[in-house]
Amino acid sequence: MSWQPTLAHYLILAAGTFSIGLIGVMVRRNALILFMCIELMLNSVNLTFITFSQYRVDLDGQIFGFIVMAVAAAEAAVGLAIVLHIFRQNRSVNVDEVTELQQ
Amino acid sequence: MEHIVSVQFDYYLGLIVLFPLLGAIINGVAGPKLPRRFVHWIGCSAIGLSFVFTALSVHGLYLNAHEGDHGPVYGSIVYDAYQWIYSGGMELDIAFILDPLSAVMLLVITGVGLLIHIYSVGYMKEESGVWRYFCYLNLFCFAMLMLVLGKNMLVTFIGWEGVGLCSYLLIGYWYEDDSNAIAGQKAFIVNRVGDFAFLGGLFLLFYQAGTFDYVELYQYATTAETARLLAPVALPAAILIFIGCTGKSAQIPLYTWLPDAMAGPTPVSALIHAATMVTAGVFLIARLHFLFTFNPTIGYVVATIGTLTAFFAATIAVVQNDIKKVLAYSTISQLGYMFMAVGVGAFTAGIFHLMTHAFFKALLFLGSGSVIHAMGGTQDIREMGGLKEWMPYTEKTFLIACLAISGFPLFAGFFSKDLILWNALTNVHILSVPEAASSATIATLINSTSPVIESGGAVDVTTWASAFHWGFYLMGVLTAGLTAFYMFRLYFLTFRGECRADEETREHLHESPPSMTLPLCALAFLSLFGGWTGWPHFIPKGVPKWLGFGGHGHGGHGAPEYLDWMLGFEHWLDEAFVLSTSHRFAPLFGSHPYTQELIATSVSVAVALSGIGAAWAIYLKNPGLPKEIADSVRGLYDVLMNKYYVDEVYNRVFVQGSVKIGSFMHTFDEVVIDGVLVDGLAWFVEQLGKILRHLQSGNVQRYATYIVLGIVLFALAIRYYQYF
Amino acid sequence: MADPTAILGTMTALGAALPSASSFPWLTVITFGPLIGILALMLIPRDQTDLLRNTALLCTLGVFVVSLGVLVHFDPSVVAESGQVFAFQLTDGPVEWIPALGIHYYLGVDGISLWLVLLTTFLGPIVIYSTYSSVDEHVKEYMICLLFLQIGMVGALVSLDVFLFYIFWEMMLIPMYLIIGVWGADQRIYAAVKFFVYTIVGSLLMLIGILYVYFETGGAGGGYSFMFTDLAAVDLTYNEQFWLFAAFFLAFAIKVPLVPFHTWLPRAHVQAPTAGSVILAGVLLKMGTYGMLRYAFPLFPRALKTFAPYIAIVATIGVVYGALMAMVQDNIKRLVAYSSISHLGFCVLGLISMTPQGLAGGMYVMLAHGISTGGLFLAVGILYERRHTKAIEAYGGVAKSMPIFSAMFMIVIFASAGLPGLNGFVGEFLSLLGTAKSHFLWFDQPLVFAPESVLDLSATSGEGGIAFGGAMQGLPVDGQVTPEMTAYLFALVAATGVIWAAGYLLWMWRRVMFGPLDKEENRNLSDLGVREILYMLPIVLMALFMGVYPKFFLSRMDPTLNDFLQHMKTEVEREIPKSETTQGDDPETVPPARGTVIVEEPNDAWVPDRPMFDEDIREADDEE
Repeated sequence: MSWQPTLAHYLILAAGTFSIGLIGVMVRRNALILFMCIELMLNSVNLTFITFSQYRVDLDGQIFGFIVMAVAAAEAAVGLAIVLHIFRQNRSVNVDEVTELQQ
Repeated sequence: MEHIVSVQFDYYLGLIVLFPLLGAIINGVAGPKLPRRFVHWIGCSAIGLSFVFTALSVHGLYLNAHEGDHGPVYGSIVYDAYQWIYSGGMELDIAFILDPLSAVMLLVITGVGLLIHIYSVGYMKEESGVWRYFCYLNLFCFAMLMLVLGKNMLVTFIGWEGVGLCSYLLIGYWYEDDSNAIAGQKAFIVNRVGDFAFLGGLFLLFYQAGTFDYVELYQYATTAETARLLAPVALPAAILIFIGCTGKSAQIPLYTWLPDAMAGPTPVSALIHAATMVTAGVFLIARLHFLFTFNPTIGYVVATIGTLTAFFAATIAVVQNDIKKVLAYSTISQLGYMFMAVGVGAFTAGIFHLMTHAFFKALLFLGSGSVIHAMGGTQDIREMGGLKEWMPYTEKTFLIACLAISGFPLFAGFFSKDLILWNALTNVHILSVPEAASSATIATLINSTSPVIESGGAVDVTTWASAFHWGFYLMGVLTAGLTAFYMFRLYFLTFRGECRADEETREHLHESPPSMTLPLCALAFLSLFGGWTGWPHFIPKGVPKWLGFGGHGHGGHGAPEYLDWMLGFEHWLDEAFVLSTSHRFAPLFGSHPYTQELIATSVSVAVALSGIGAAWAIYLKNPGLPKEIADSVRGLYDVLMNKYYVDEVYNRVFVQGSVKIGSFMHTFDEVVIDGVLVDGLAWFVEQLGKILRHLQSGNVQRYATYIVLGIVLFALAIRYYQYF
Repeated sequence: MADPTAILGTMTALGAALPSASSFPWLTVITFGPLIGILALMLIPRDQTDLLRNTALLCTLGVFVVSLGVLVHFDPSVVAESGQVFAFQLTDGPVEWIPALGIHYYLGVDGISLWLVLLTTFLGPIVIYSTYSSVDEHVKEYMICLLFLQIGMVGALVSLDVFLFYIFWEMMLIPMYLIIGVWGADQRIYAAVKFFVYTIVGSLLMLIGILYVYFETGGAGGGYSFMFTDLAAVDLTYNEQFWLFAAFFLAFAIKVPLVPFHTWLPRAHVQAPTAGSVILAGVLLKMGTYGMLRYAFPLFPRALKTFAPYIAIVATIGVVYGALMAMVQDNIKRLVAYSSISHLGFCVLGLISMTPQGLAGGMYVMLAHGISTGGLFLAVGILYERRHTKAIEAYGGVAKSMPIFSAMFMIVIFASAGLPGLNGFVGEFLSLLGTAKSHFLWFDQPLVFAPESVLDLSATSGEGGIAFGGAMQGLPVDGQVTPEMTAYLFALVAATGVIWAAGYLLWMWRRVMFGPLDKEENRNLSDLGVREILYMLPIVLMALFMGVYPKFFLSRMDPTLNDFLQHMKTEVEREIPKSETTQGDDPETVPPARGTVIVEEPNDAWVPDRPMFDEDIREADDEE
């Protein structure tokens, strides 16, 4: 019998990608990288949803997956627009330099 | 103490108290608008009506008498005005009781009070706003009447504090002068110290006996079963109440307020600080005689304090130059006598002296007021002299009072003082037979005292108790000599010799108006004859026996009944102080009680006469002598002049002490409690916030890190939960 | 525009005329009566200051008149049913307010709250009348604040639902904060913040305590409930009681305030305007003692037993400490503030003694202190309005220029100094008397500070673990001092308060009123005007009446206190093993065992034969 990935494998994969994304969010300063990391985290969550959906034979998880994808798309659209604007203003996408609202 | 309630007159007691209160209210509220004459009338008629109803009630009490086993029993009249406090089963009524004891006090207060009110009309003639004065004076009479009429200790306490208030108000009557205001304040606060102790005693008594009612307390203390329960608290309670009495009656250690209290108008000094208020302590001890005879130690303490006060106050009085200060110290000294009397259980003698003292001391004060009035306010006797010429009535009445206080035979003071001295010597049964107290019936008392009588006779100098008695007696005699000396020093310096006043004053010297001299004459009459209700016992009892008469009076032992009036005062108070009436017990002690009395009396009269003689020799005969004497004993003189520096010590220790402690506490409060603890806590929180606020940088990434850290910590916590 | 005063007038008249006790929601009207005033004030333009003031005055007067109706309809003979702590009367509700959380709208009075409610409504109009000349800025807001404050105070007193109580309790805080912070003196912000923070810290502790007990109410009888009766029915272990009592008591101790939680009080008083001081001293402080009596003591009786001697120590220290502090103050208001601390020490001492006299005395101190200290602050306010200083040395000889004022001031001073015949004495006397014979103030359960024995939940579910966990060093142990003597010593030390009180008050009086009139500014001080006489006179008369006929007040609180004592007696003795009785031959006269609550047999004679007014008047009312 060929090798079949079990639930644990999917979850470990999701946790791994989530952790990579999370660490990226915490340590990187480049806004674009941050976005990519967030996408990574969202996708790992998606993966978890879908895994459980398959595992429990329940479509709810897949629906959630679509919702997350939609939200991620919307977020990416808005976010990239903001990043573009920031780049135009500051000639940089380093988030530490974006402090106008703090003052 | 049998109590027969006569319902006929009971509401009179309420009226007696009510009239002065009404007078005070009317004068206090409407006084400023009323003409002066009305104010006078209201003030005097309030106390006058009180006097009338007092006389009627006392007459009623007299008629109420019936023959008991040991003479007439007057019982008492009780009037329950209303219930004052009700709390958890404890009922406290505003209730009044008229028995022979309070009858004496009532007559003194309303009688002397009335005379002093009348006197005040003349004395305060030049004052504006005299309504305030009469309002306070009436209020004082109200409080004093509450004090003596109270059926329970709380009503007495109301009056007790009330008289303190009025004393405060009247001492500070001329409040624009700071020193008067300070004197009033001092009087009130020192009295408050006493009141505090009084309250402490009240609580103890109530704790054990569960009642404040005098009649119930008496029963509690004299019933064998309950008396045993009272025993452990009797001593502390009595001592605490006695401290209260030393405050009100200006005894060591709380006497210092009375000389300062002379800042008030002179009639006030006469009424409050001589005749009535200051005697409240003596009255209270007499009222609670069953408690004060409960334990011999109490008696020793009271009598010792009284004796010491009598002596030391007399020594201070010798050197004072302010006419009112001399009288003030004399008052303290005479009060000391009274405490000596009640200490040795001679309650009748103490009350008797209280009464005669009220007469002659009020007279002395009013006389001095008349002098001050004439001198235009001067009180220094060094600037007086020879006033006899200008003020004949004042001089004569003053002389009568001086003779009375010195104990010159047949004057009022003679009778009462000698009764005290004799009792101080012979009343050993009170202080040496503990059982005497708790068994109140005469039969058991005689049984319990008889061993003493059989074993040693009256005065057994070998025992400790008798040493005390000899001490009391000798100090008393010595004080009597000093009293005669300083009173006649005062008299000679004021009324005899050369006039030392300046010309201007001399021109204004005049006899006082009739409204002032009439009370003087009335009091002089009382000072002369007021003591004739208590002759020395050897006259009615001993003399007839020697002359071959005999009879069966109430006292038994061969006194003819027709001479009973000579011991009228003692018979009147007989039932109140079953334990200590001399006419009953003197015959039991020793074989020649009346000979002892005769000797004791002769000694004190001789001492008093020599005191008068010495005063005459020093102050009238050789006017230069006093200065020489003072110079030769300069140190002693200064100590006496400065009243043993007691005021200074008190001021330094207690007044400054509490202010210092207060200041320290204030700093402590500001710095430690508020500064370090409260504000410190706030400061700590602020600092913490200052540190923690760096966490909230606005950096989303950092927040994300915190979140992750938190999650990790939680995860660990859940993982290792069991180890927590 | 319709004249709001007229509307108010008719409304209050209607309220007073309404007939019977049962149908009319007396307490709701009293509590929310000021709300009508607030609405009316909102409609009045802010520049019509006189109208604003009159409206507020009329409103509070109306509330006071209605509150007299409560007095008339209050039946002192009602006693608590078995199992109940208090017998509440004239109840409104209970109406479910937030059913999901078991919160009710439920008002009622008993002998304890009755007099405090009346004290509040009595002081209300006086306070507002006194502000006519002292506050000219933001009159509208000021009046609204005062009316709001009154709602909070009365509401806290009459609410029988703990949640409702808590809301009212916090509701008092905000207007008071504003009164001090907006209309106060120079350092008002500091004082207001201190007052606010200090009080809220205590309140939050209490809230935690309330919630804890609330969550214990569930179980057998259905859902959770905030009703006082349900809370009182909760059976708590000793250990729970210990901590809950500490939380509750701290909240109330801050409010009272007991030393050492008192430092907000002098500052708040000195900075507050006169009206604020009067309310603060007159009613707000009593909320602390009322809270103890209503909540902390009956809910946690066994913890109280442990704490009682320590509370007594703190109260006794408070009496002397407050007095000593008052002695050295040079600011009149600060002096009066410290005297409050001293007086409330008497109050707490009396309450903690668990004797009928002590409780009645503590209650009476509350009332008397409200009247006399209110009067003192009003008098200080009168002086301040004329001279704009509170420093004692600025005055001197004022009695000469202001005779009427000095007469009234003097009566108030002596009332505060505890002169018999005036109101202060009765309370202090009863408190001390009750304390002196208390068997409750005895250290038979040492407070254990060692954390392990307290935190060890399993060991202390019963009684033994904490009760005798280890004697503290230095405390009297059995046989050295009898329990009676400790209580007596408390009373004796506290009784020195009467000396100090005379000391600081008379000293202040002498420096302010007596002495030569040597300062030019004081020479022409005008005596009291009609308005000032009108608001001082009720205080003075009430001080006299309360001193002359205290039974009027005492007899109406007595049965409630008796119920309370019975409850405490059963609760305290329930699980504590009966301690051995002291040696005594005669069983009749053996003093009660130590640590007991003294309940004296009620006497039928005390119940007033009739209510305040004649029977026929009441019947006539009924027929209307």
